[in-house]
Amino acid sequence: MNSMKTSLILVVSATALAACAKKPPEELPPAPVTTPAPAPAPAPTAASGPTVGSQQHFEQAVGGSTVIYFDTDRFNIDSADAAALQAQAQYFARYPELTFTVEGHADERGTREYNLALGERRANSAKNYLVSLGVASNRIRTVSYGKERPVALASTEAAWAQNRRAASIIIN
Amino acid sequence: MKNMWLLALFAGALATTATAQNQDLGEPVGEGGEVEGLAIEEDDDGPLRGTVTDESDWSDIGVAIPAFAADRDQPTPANADGTAALGREVARVITANLRNNGLFKPVGPDSLPQPGFADIRAPRWGSWSGRGAEMLVQGFVTNRPDGRIAIGCYLYDVALQDRLESAGYVVRPADWRRAAHKCSDLIYARLTGESPFFDSRIAYIAETGPKDKRVKRLAVMDSDGANHRFLTLGSATALTPRYSPDYSKIMYLSYVDGNPRIYVYDIGSGKQQLVTENSNPTLAPRWSPDGRHILYSMAVAGNTDIYRVPVTGGESVRLTSTPGIDIGGSYSPDGSRIVFESDRSGSQQCYVMDADGSNQRRITFFGGRCATPEWSPRGDQIAFTRIAGDFNVAVMTPSGRNLRVLTNGWQDEAPTWAPNGRIIQFFRTERNTGRSNLWQVDLTGRNERRLPTPVDASDPAWGPIRK
Repeated sequence: MNSMKTSLILVVSATALAACAKKPPEELPPAPVTTPAPAPAPAPTAASGPTVGSQQHFEQAVGGSTVIYFDTDRFNIDSADAAALQAQAQYFARYPELTFTVEGHADERGTREYNLALGERRANSAKNYLVSLGVASNRIRTVSYGKERPVALASTEAAWAQNRRAASIIIN
Repeated sequence: MKNMWLLALFAGALATTATAQNQDLGEPVGEGGEVEGLAIEEDDDGPLRGTVTDESDWSDIGVAIPAFAADRDQPTPANADGTAALGREVARVITANLRNNGLFKPVGPDSLPQPGFADIRAPRWGSWSGRGAEMLVQGFVTNRPDGRIAIGCYLYDVALQDRLESAGYVVRPADWRRAAHKCSDLIYARLTGESPFFDSRIAYIAETGPKDKRVKRLAVMDSDGANHRFLTLGSATALTPRYSPDYSKIMYLSYVDGNPRIYVYDIGSGKQQLVTENSNPTLAPRWSPDGRHILYSMAVAGNTDIYRVPVTGGESVRLTSTPGIDIGGSYSPDGSRIVFESDRSGSQQCYVMDADGSNQRRITFFGGRCATPEWSPRGDQIAFTRIAGDFNVAVMTPSGRNLRVLTNGWQDEAPTWAPNGRIIQFFRTERNTGRSNLWQVDLTGRNERRLPTPVDASDPAWGPIRK
């Protein structure tokens, strides 16, 4: 019963996502990347570099694309987001033992409760896209912090743009 | 009521085995005692019971509030300096209440002569009319053999040399401020014709630390800021509290398990339980006016809808089902309808539905957005956060008409009503620093003031008048 409900809701929200997309054709998620053959165990690297499973290693591997950004009140995945999420998906395909959290955030120019719901929507938007790229959904936890954890502290458009984000964080 | 906890016990072994410390909870603060009425010997009260309704006529009323008299100056647990000093404190509390309300010009005990115990029921009229006082509040404080204290409260019209009101309250020494608030309420109600509100409490979120590492703790206080207590320790972010109508519980959001979830905190025991056993985030807790139902919002796969569950446990009923964010909700005082916010139209707007979720219809169509609607306890108004550039507190009728914007801060949000529906509290956030404080404004929009709190504050939730 519950899982039926859940899948119904999933279908509904996926439809909503599609309806909200700015440029539907380009924004449809690309076909899942072919999962590379289970990791030719990464050659034990020189002891100096960040270790697999650390946030630093993840950041280096995806060229800093651990965070995607959203327009005001929006939660759709634009082309820049899509590129970042593809890099993330490739990383998680390469290291299938890793699990991670997608944190959804909002800027301060929203009411507290609404922003919690909005952050939740953003985190799930990122998660759904990663799942569409072949990452198993049970490897992705989502959590919303609404407007409670800004990274840019000024009250300016530029700061708000940095705070409207979904950040992928490795769980060790 | 107990059933819910039993149910939660079965479902949530994790929650019940966790210690209070693990749940970020402080020591229980207890619920406080009762206020018992004290029979006051009545004089003939006379026919003068008219109510002044024009605000301009009563906003300048001079009220003299000398120290309440003690029959004998005795030790009391309520004041280290004895009952006479306690009587002075009681008058100070009443003076501050009436002054902060903005409608009176009270003069307190520190600049007035001290009436004797025998003067309380027979004022020395000459000495008060000579001071230009129109109204006089006198009272007494006495120790009772059972360890409690009795506080008498009298309101006199100086010009007419007439007693307008009198009442007495018997309280535990620790609850002496409640008697002062009850006396304030008696005076306020008599002079304004409005319902009382001073004897009430406020739950809110106490905030400390820099903007990117804010510590947010659940805290409670009396309506005048006294009896302040922190209920959580601050290791987990706490948000959006709501007092139960009987003050026995507080619902609030906590990240104590790493996820945003609504807990029902029991004030007497200092323990808490999840509002519903579910792995999804739960947000925006609200009580029904009779305390029998809980509204909460739950995000499932990113989509937030509003649900209702009986306080006694059982099945949750989903009340909204749009793909948009449906969140919050506030019952009409008769419990028949719910106002809530939804972005189903593309932006946050306010909607009203029947309590069973039927007849959902949008009520706000003015420019800007409508968020955090709260139905007045009188039923005649809905307060909300109006977003139109800046964030302001505004009111409208339940049909969405007669919009009136009451505040003009950069970010004023989350209104909560005084028990009498005449005053609104909200929190105001400063641009750039992110610091926030509690403010209140009356329905005229003229009497606005900041509420003193020990640290920064947000999310005020005003409880009902205490019984």
